[in-house]
Amino acid sequence: MYQILKKRILTPQTKLVVVRAPYVAEKAEPGQFVIIRVREEGERIPLTIADYSREEGTITLVFQEVGLTTKLLGLLEEGDAILDLVGPLGIPAQLPEAGVVVAVGGGVGVAPVYPKCKEMTKRGVRVISIIGARSKDLLILEDEMREVSEELHICTDDGSKGFHGFVSEKLKELLTGGLKPDEVIAVGPLPMMRATCEVTKPFGIKTWVSMNPIMVDGTGMCGACRVTVGGETKFCCVDGPMFDGHLVDWAEAIRRANMYRDEERVALERCAGCGGEKHV
Amino acid sequence: MSKRPGRTPMPVADPRERTKNFDQVALGYTEEMALTEASRCLNCKNPQCVTGCPVAVNIPAFISLLKEKKFREAIDKIKETNSLPAVCGRVCPQEHQCEEKCILGRRGEPVAIGRLERFLADWEAENGRSPTKKAPPKGKKVAIVGSGPAGLTCAADLAKLGYDVTIFESLHAPGGVLIYGIPEFRLPKAVVRREVEYVKELGVDIQTNVVVGRSITIDDLFERGFEAVFIGTGAGLPMFMHIPGENLNGVYSANEWLTRINLMKAYKFPEFDTPIKAGKRVAVVGAGNVAMDAVRCALRLGAEKAMILYRRGREEMPARAEEVENAEQEGVEFHFLTNPVRIIGDDKGWVKAVECIRMELGEPDKSGRRRPIPIKGSEFTIDVDTVIMALGTTPNPILSRITPGLKAHDWGGLITDETTGRTTRRAVWAGGDAVTGSATVILAMGAGRTAAQDIHRYLESGSKDW
Repeated sequence: MYQILKKRILTPQTKLVVVRAPYVAEKAEPGQFVIIRVREEGERIPLTIADYSREEGTITLVFQEVGLTTKLLGLLEEGDAILDLVGPLGIPAQLPEAGVVVAVGGGVGVAPVYPKCKEMTKRGVRVISIIGARSKDLLILEDEMREVSEELHICTDDGSKGFHGFVSEKLKELLTGGLKPDEVIAVGPLPMMRATCEVTKPFGIKTWVSMNPIMVDGTGMCGACRVTVGGETKFCCVDGPMFDGHLVDWAEAIRRANMYRDEERVALERCAGCGGEKHV
Repeated sequence: MSKRPGRTPMPVADPRERTKNFDQVALGYTEEMALTEASRCLNCKNPQCVTGCPVAVNIPAFISLLKEKKFREAIDKIKETNSLPAVCGRVCPQEHQCEEKCILGRRGEPVAIGRLERFLADWEAENGRSPTKKAPPKGKKVAIVGSGPAGLTCAADLAKLGYDVTIFESLHAPGGVLIYGIPEFRLPKAVVRREVEYVKELGVDIQTNVVVGRSITIDDLFERGFEAVFIGTGAGLPMFMHIPGENLNGVYSANEWLTRINLMKAYKFPEFDTPIKAGKRVAVVGAGNVAMDAVRCALRLGAEKAMILYRRGREEMPARAEEVENAEQEGVEFHFLTNPVRIIGDDKGWVKAVECIRMELGEPDKSGRRRPIPIKGSEFTIDVDTVIMALGTTPNPILSRITPGLKAHDWGGLITDETTGRTTRRAVWAGGDAVTGSATVILAMGAGRTAAQDIHRYLESGSKDW
């Protein structure tokens, strides 16, 4: 069992938990993820590792309550435990040693961007971050991101804080203004990552994205997480999760992400039907 | 000479009823049936059946004990060399192993050895186990990677010899393919849990949720005091055909399809949280045991039409005869000499048909089976809404990629010495699908057993004999 030592509510839908997971903490690198399961009947879902402490033997997970499993996870409190947690999985992000990188995080995607920025800043990379959310109440990890960025740009869709518009639009403004990063790292919802790649493509800037498809085992065994990259089928869990965003087949990725939308609704309604009571 | 009686038939669930649930199909012999069947055994002086068994079960000895109704002694006899009899009695391809060698098979039907093994294992489950016998502790630690049939067998054999054995399993439940792959109706999960419990009772520690190669490396294991490591990581990445449309919604690998159903219990959705898109017209590509499991699951999930598409002919099917027969009885359609060339989607990206080409058989290929050749211009389409690729797997590359000294073939299988299971790295053994590519439970168990014997030899030599 993987005990929750600390819990923070970042927004009404987004929570942060620090979990005791010595094996994972020992080996985790930026860009990797874990697979969790919260109850006996539970589904296995991937969550990116947002931070880790080798000394404490803990990892940090940040999640948005969008489906049944994340809702059930959100019901767990400090002292409770996650039933199963395995990792670190996936290939660590290949981060540069120097130069200028723009890190773009949308919504809960700011969480996986954070450890990459932390590591790059440690290495002496100049990190310019753009983080965004629908509105200011939904922004997460602003202080943490400020600490690991040379410059931090905040965007909100409704203009309630910072730049009024999408993170991709802010990026376009910076690039048009003459910023020449060596690469861009973008993590967030699929449409946001796609839009970011569309912005960087005409500038010819290498753009890494972190894909988060549906997974089952997370170790290469099932192939649920197929992503087409440069015309080739890749298994996100063992070949990714970071890919060259200019080569990703976004339409396919979006279609596959919605494969179980109906079932997700059924599961959620059923959970709401039981009064959202603790079911774990 | 009077004609010898034939094999005692296995009672099975009604084919029309059984496709409505995931309950066990082969119901098992009654005591009377077992005694009748056992009486057919000639107790040969030079028993060939034993040579056909990858773990060399003393078959005539256990059948003789069974004849005398000494059921406990009989099951204990099996367990001297086979730690998972309830599994083997259900899933071994006996017709290509012990039963193929049975002398009775030359003139008629061989003794139903597998069914007798199962009878005894099930008898033990009801009547309790004999106390486990173990050698005194040796104070030496062995690590096993993977808790499938290879790993469980290797672990059990070493634990019996007195070693301190830890199994590391990447999934949340132990059993490997026995848990995630083989369906409930062929191998009830309660049976697997019972066999795993037995291995634990022998003193084996099983740590789930640990991916060796990611959570911990083989070098770490040696640093933590393990003196030998056995790799039984099993099937790796599922193979696809690399034809257009394979990433459409509704195309599954058999591994994903079966894992959702067996490990995650998607057939009980929404009582269980993992969903599955079970179509009404399901095509499974391939004709091995995994394909049979996948197609029979499709029927149980409500498919109106469930078909096997296979590029070769009936004779070449690699599946166990009994599974093919079960599938046919349940109404599975077999399309032989049929190979998919393209999967066609609707405007929303869901599978709506599969385009196939007819094949004919040419000269034998390196597998000894006649090579299928496409017949030009013979393309045709079949309307389906789900396609499952059951083409086999290639071993998982994680371990060989990151472990210094551990070498793999180009196709991914770990390089080992066949007689010992030794890999190219000192003090590391491997066996099962990780070495051979997709094979059977019993071959994996045989490899686990071979490695256990060699690990014992190595450790007894003071880790010198390598």
